[in-house]
Amino acid sequence: MMMNIFSKKSAPRLMLFFAIGVLTMPIWLDPVGANYPDLLQKFAIFGIFAIGYNILFGLTGYLSFGHAVFLGVGSYSAVWSFKLLTMNVIPAIIFSIIMAGLIAAAIGYVSLRRSGIYFSILTLAFAQMFYNLAYSVLTPITNGETGLQLTMHDPRIIDNALSRTVETGLPSTDFFGISMNGYSGFYFCAVMLIIAFYIYLKIFSSPFGMKLKGIKSNQKRMKYIGSDTRPYLIAAFVISGMFAGLAGSLMAVTDPLAGAERMQWTASGEVILMTILGGVGTLFGPLLGVGIIKYLENIFSAVNDSVLHSFYSFLPQWGENLLVTITAPFVGEGWHLTLGLLFMLTVIFLPGGVMEGFQKIKLYFQNRNKPDKSNNSSEESSNV
Amino acid sequence: MSNTVLKIENVNKSFGGLLALNNINLDIERGTVHAIIGPNGAGKSTLLNVCIGLLKPDTGEVTFNGGEKIIGKKPHEINQIGLTRVFQTPEIFPDLTLLENVMLPALSKRDGSYKLSIFKMLSKETDIKNEAIESLKTISMDDRQDVIAGSLSRGDKRRLELAMCLVQKPELLLLDEPTAGMARHDTNQTIKLLKQIKEGGMTKIIIEHDMHVVFSVADKISVLARGKIIATGTPEEIRADPLVIEAYLGGAEL
Repeated sequence: MMMNIFSKKSAPRLMLFFAIGVLTMPIWLDPVGANYPDLLQKFAIFGIFAIGYNILFGLTGYLSFGHAVFLGVGSYSAVWSFKLLTMNVIPAIIFSIIMAGLIAAAIGYVSLRRSGIYFSILTLAFAQMFYNLAYSVLTPITNGETGLQLTMHDPRIIDNALSRTVETGLPSTDFFGISMNGYSGFYFCAVMLIIAFYIYLKIFSSPFGMKLKGIKSNQKRMKYIGSDTRPYLIAAFVISGMFAGLAGSLMAVTDPLAGAERMQWTASGEVILMTILGGVGTLFGPLLGVGIIKYLENIFSAVNDSVLHSFYSFLPQWGENLLVTITAPFVGEGWHLTLGLLFMLTVIFLPGGVMEGFQKIKLYFQNRNKPDKSNNSSEESSNV
Repeated sequence: MSNTVLKIENVNKSFGGLLALNNINLDIERGTVHAIIGPNGAGKSTLLNVCIGLLKPDTGEVTFNGGEKIIGKKPHEINQIGLTRVFQTPEIFPDLTLLENVMLPALSKRDGSYKLSIFKMLSKETDIKNEAIESLKTISMDDRQDVIAGSLSRGDKRRLELAMCLVQKPELLLLDEPTAGMARHDTNQTIKLLKQIKEGGMTKIIIEHDMHVVFSVADKISVLARGKIIATGTPEEIRADPLVIEAYLGGAEL
C-alpha cells in the first residue's frame, strides 16, 4: 500500500490533487465559515511548519521541543530583509531559510548527541535560551519586547536604488508588485505550501526517507548495516528547521513584524499537538492536525452566547437555555477545553491520530465487503 | 589477498577483576565456517563484540583482510568494509515491512555510510528491490513482503535478520547463537539455511550452544573456556580432544 502511493504514476497525481485542494481552499472552506484570508494564510503557514516537523518527528522519531526557534529566526530574518534590502518577499524567504538552516545545524549538532528524552530536553533548553536572548542580549537584533517592526527610515537599499519608495506611511510586502495582503497573500503562502509539500513527498518516497524510518525503527540495526546515523539525523533536523524557517518568514510576509513570543515553548508545543492529533509519520496527518487546531482556535473561539442562543433557537426556551449553559464552557474563551478533550480522546482511542481513524473506517468497510479475507495485518499498520 | 579473513592477535579484555578474554589468538580462514563454542561465561560473546567493534579490548589487535584494523572503528565503518553481524536477540526493523527490512541493508551497502539521496524515488530502485526479494526467497518469505516485521514469530525474525545480513553479501558474517530459543522445527530450518549459504563461500563465525547445529555446519571449531582458547580443530578433532571433553563437556559422552 505504501508502495502504491509512492509509485511512479501516482505521485504526480497526488501532487495535482493536493495543489487543487490547497488552491481551492477559499471555495470549500466557505461553508464552514473559514474563508477569510487571515485564517487561510494560517492554514498554509502552519501546514508548512507541521509537515517540516513531521520530517523530523514522524520519520526519525526524535521529538524536538524547540522547533519554534526556527519559526522565530525565520520571522526575524525576513523582517530584517524587508528593512535592509527590499520589500520583495523572495530575498526575505531565501534569507530566512538559510538562517534557519544554519541555526538548526548548530542546535542539531549539539542536541543530536543524545536521543530520546535527553534530546527533547536539549532542544527545549535551546529554545528557551533563544527566547530569553531575544528579550535581553539580542535586543539590537530583535528589538526586545516591542518586537521587530518596519520603520519609516529603514535603509531598504535595493528598493531605494530602484527608487521604489512609497510616499506616505509604511510600505507593504510585495511579490514583484503584487501586494501580499489578503487573498494574494494566501495564494502566495499556498504556492509555498505546495512547493514544500512536493519536497516533503519526495523525502517520504526517497531512499533517504526510508533510512530515516529505519533509524526510527531500530537505530542500532541501522548502524550495524553500515549507515552512519548521525549525519542522517542532522540532515533531517536541518531540513525540518528550514521548513520552519520558511513558515516563519511567511508569517512576516503576511504581517511584517516579528516578536520573541513566536519562539516560546508553547509554540513548539502547538506543532507537536498538531502532528500527534493528525497522525505522526503519516503523509497528511500533520496537515489535518493544523486544520483542526487552527479552525478551533479561530472559529470556536469566536462563538459566544448569542451565537449559541441562535443556534439552539429551534428548541423551547428552557431547552435552549440548558444547552447553552452546557456548551458555553467549550466555546469562546473555552476553546482550549474542547481542544484538550479532543486531544485526549485522540491519544487514548486513536494513538495514530485522525489518520488512524480513517484507516480503521476504511478497513471496516473493506472487511465488510469481503468478509473471508483475513490478511490485513500489513494494511492495518501501513502508515499513509 | 591472504587466506586469512580475520586475524585476532593477543586480545585481552577484563571487566573489573574478571579476565573475560585471556590472550586470544585466532585466524579465521577464508571460506570456512568457524564455530566458537564454550560453556556459559567463557567469553564467546565478548570475543564477537570485540570483532564487531562493540567492545574495545584492553590490548591486542584484530585485523581484517590482512591489513584493515578493526579496533577503534565505528560499527558502520566495520560493516562497510565487509563484516555483518546477526545478533543474539534479533535486531530487525519491527515497524517496517519485510521487503523494507531487506531493502535497507542493500541500500546501505550501495550508498555507503551516508548519502543524501532526497530526490531519488524509492520506487525506481528496481535493482535493490530485486536483490531484496531474492534474499527473501532464500528464507522463503518472498510471499509475505508487505507484512510488518514486528508481527513475525521469533524464529522468523531471526531468519529475517539473517536475510538482512545476507543481502549485503558480506565477506565475513558473524552469527551469535542463530538458533537460541528456537523450537526444534525452526532450528532444523535454520541449519538447512546455514548449510545452503555455506555453499556460497562466505566466511562465517558462529557462536552456538547447540552441539547439533555446530557439528552439522562448522568446518572448524574453537573451544573457549574461562577466556582462553583451549583447542582449535576440525569437528572430529574437537570431538576427540580430551581437554575439551574435560573442560566443556564435563567428561560426558558426546
